[in-house]
Amino acid sequence: MGREVSESCVDSLLTEMVSMYCNRLYANKPELAASRIDAIGYQVGHQLSERYTMERPRFTDHLDAIKFICKDFWSELFKKQIDNLKTNHRGTFVLQDNRFRWVSRMSLDPSSENGDLSQENSEAADESKAAQEPNMHLHFSCGVIKGALHNLGIACAVSADTSQLPACGSSLIREQWRTQP
Amino acid sequence: MPPVGPRSGDAIFANVERVNAELFTLTYGAIVRQLLTDLEEVEEVNKQLDQMGYNIGIRLIDEFLAKSNVSRCVDFKETAEVIAKIGFKMFLGVTASVTNWDADGTCCSIVLEDNPLVDFVELPDTCQGLYYCNILSGVVRGALEMVSMKTEISWIRDMLRGDDAFELQVKLLKQVPEEYPYKDDE
Repeated sequence: MGREVSESCVDSLLTEMVSMYCNRLYANKPELAASRIDAIGYQVGHQLSERYTMERPRFTDHLDAIKFICKDFWSELFKKQIDNLKTNHRGTFVLQDNRFRWVSRMSLDPSSENGDLSQENSEAADESKAAQEPNMHLHFSCGVIKGALHNLGIACAVSADTSQLPACGSSLIREQWRTQP
Repeated sequence: MPPVGPRSGDAIFANVERVNAELFTLTYGAIVRQLLTDLEEVEEVNKQLDQMGYNIGIRLIDEFLAKSNVSRCVDFKETAEVIAKIGFKMFLGVTASVTNWDADGTCCSIVLEDNPLVDFVELPDTCQGLYYCNILSGVVRGALEMVSMKTEISWIRDMLRGDDAFELQVKLLKQVPEEYPYKDDE
């Protein structure tokens, strides 16, 4: 068993990183904030997959690498595997985690606490912000997957689908495979 | 029945949800690296790391108090011991020691010989002024502020700068008396 830290450390770090980029450094430029958060995730994924594949034989094909992400890689990070893997056999894979740790405790319903009509405007602002935060967190996880796959030699784009939040965690869609030479 | 008295750092750490430390270490490293690219000034990076830590500390104190079951510390000495022995242990899985007390008991050092934040880390020459672990001092400052203690925290030793341990100097500036938002029945 390797070294461990309390889960709150990672949770706090991610929350605070997202809030720093979205509220302090690039408060009015959500695209810039998103790209930085994505880049941080990329770096993490790249390094982690390097470590987790150290003693493995090379993956024979893309599916093999994706399965590694779904099983071993996910287990290292979340102590569970991806719940569902789908593919259209033309390079798009859909990974679904029904209880995605990094967003499963986020709420998308900010209106429930504030019933005061006079604060309608600020409420609306809160709402857009709250809707934004889980998305910002997902940029990190997209970056992690992208970085991990890049390190395995697979260039790809990764996007997240949050339509089922919060009931169902998140699903991640990969697309745009680079054709192999 | 709730446990009586404070729980040991080991006992709490054994019971909290834990994750693999590599994820934590590499994520922190990637954040520092990205900040260095985005902010250019090392001083500014130090400031942001400290701010991140402060924001974490003011929230983490609740989890700390809830899980550790510590009661009010009689003095700053006990506070420092509790941070080193229970606080560091329950979150980072390492223990720290407290030394170098000044005569009036308001300034001491917390020494960390093992620090998961810096596994795999080596600083290039271009990062001379960087306090890589500044997030930690922010966390301690934020957490203490929530229990009415204003502190000033600085790094005395830093293993990334060639020292043999990490040493955080914690100086108690003032203790704000607690004010209750309600009046006792007269």
